[in-house]
Amino acid sequence: MAAESGKIDPMHQFEVQTIWDGFNIAGHQIAFTNSALWMCIAALVLWAFMLGGMKRAVVPGRWQMLVENFTGFIDSMLAQNIGKEGRAYLPYIFSLFMFILFANVLGLLPLGLVGIHPFTFTSHFTVTGVLAILSFSIVLIVGFWKHGLKFFSLFVPHGTPLWLIWLIPAIEFVSFMVRPFSLGLRLFVAMIAGHILLKVLAGFVINAGNAGIIPGLGVGIPSFALMVGISALEILVAGIQAYVFALLTSLYINDAEHLH
Amino acid sequence: MPQISQLAETFASQLFWLLVTFGFVFFVVGKMMLPRVISTVDARDQSVAGDLAAAEAARAAADQAEENWRAEENAAREGAQKRIAEARAQGNAAAAQRLAAAHAETDARIAAAEAQIAAATAAASDEIEAVAADAARDIVARFSGAEVTAAEAQNAVKAALNG
Repeated sequence: MAAESGKIDPMHQFEVQTIWDGFNIAGHQIAFTNSALWMCIAALVLWAFMLGGMKRAVVPGRWQMLVENFTGFIDSMLAQNIGKEGRAYLPYIFSLFMFILFANVLGLLPLGLVGIHPFTFTSHFTVTGVLAILSFSIVLIVGFWKHGLKFFSLFVPHGTPLWLIWLIPAIEFVSFMVRPFSLGLRLFVAMIAGHILLKVLAGFVINAGNAGIIPGLGVGIPSFALMVGISALEILVAGIQAYVFALLTSLYINDAEHLH
Repeated sequence: MPQISQLAETFASQLFWLLVTFGFVFFVVGKMMLPRVISTVDARDQSVAGDLAAAEAARAAADQAEENWRAEENAAREGAQKRIAEARAQGNAAAAQRLAAAHAETDARIAAAEAQIAAATAAASDEIEAVAADAARDIVARFSGAEVTAAEAQNAVKAALNG
């Protein structure tokens, strides 16, 4: 890919760079990297955002209103998908949604203009995979905790004809086991695709500009216009993917809570 | 793709820092801050719902009071109308009675007056007859010198008066 776009490598933005060598746990080097830095930034910005909602005023100000909108959004989503038991999962789903949302949006900020290069850690399947496994583990734990071995009846949906009883559970089992992969990969792919597209188009603008005034204007301006549109789309995707992750997790938890 | 080429060297670090940061988010934001925000919203919703319920109750009470007042007023109006009708009937009856009494009285007085008139007329005609008889006796005595008795004179007068 590096060869196609000259000196500009669109994958460079995903490289994890060590900031501090860190320490060693059980033979693994735990370095503080740009990825870790942006995780910390996302967590801190989220904390600061929530701090604005802690005034607990009866008549909320704008910031408190915004925070309450987010909490109310996730709360009503859980109430719709899980029911009254959904409140128990609110801290986890809300943390998940907000953490992913802030990571996605912070990764999109044009801070490269002032020399700070944002790192979108949700474009690493290591990260999205861990979050997906976390969600999947909660589903398994809740399912077996509440229903014991009856949880396996999830693989036999209501109305399964008796003569298909050998096939449907197998299909259901596969679809169930695919869930963590689809959950993690969806977010990872959505984020990486948008970022690569933006970088490739930015490379077009720079390379065309270097090639002279005619290709610079002929290729550069349409590419730049496309970048503006795709940036808007990426902001949308950042929100939608965080929402999808939280929504699917809540749907899976609903399966575990209520079987089918 | 750095996600794959760097996987082995960065996996442990990514996992560690993700657990640290997401753990911070979950315990501090999700477990400590979120419940307060939710409880604020719930308290507000509850107070709004309470106020609405109180307003609804007050409206129902006002409706009830208006209903009661209307019923009372209708009853009062009905009573008043009944009393008016009663008073009117009473008045009419009394007026009729008094009219009848007055009628009877006037009839009686008219009858008495007529009787008096008749008596007076009879007395007057008797007197006229007596005077006429006297006059007739005098005239007869003067003209002819014949003495006529009072009864003859009277008969002659009666016959002359009554034709």
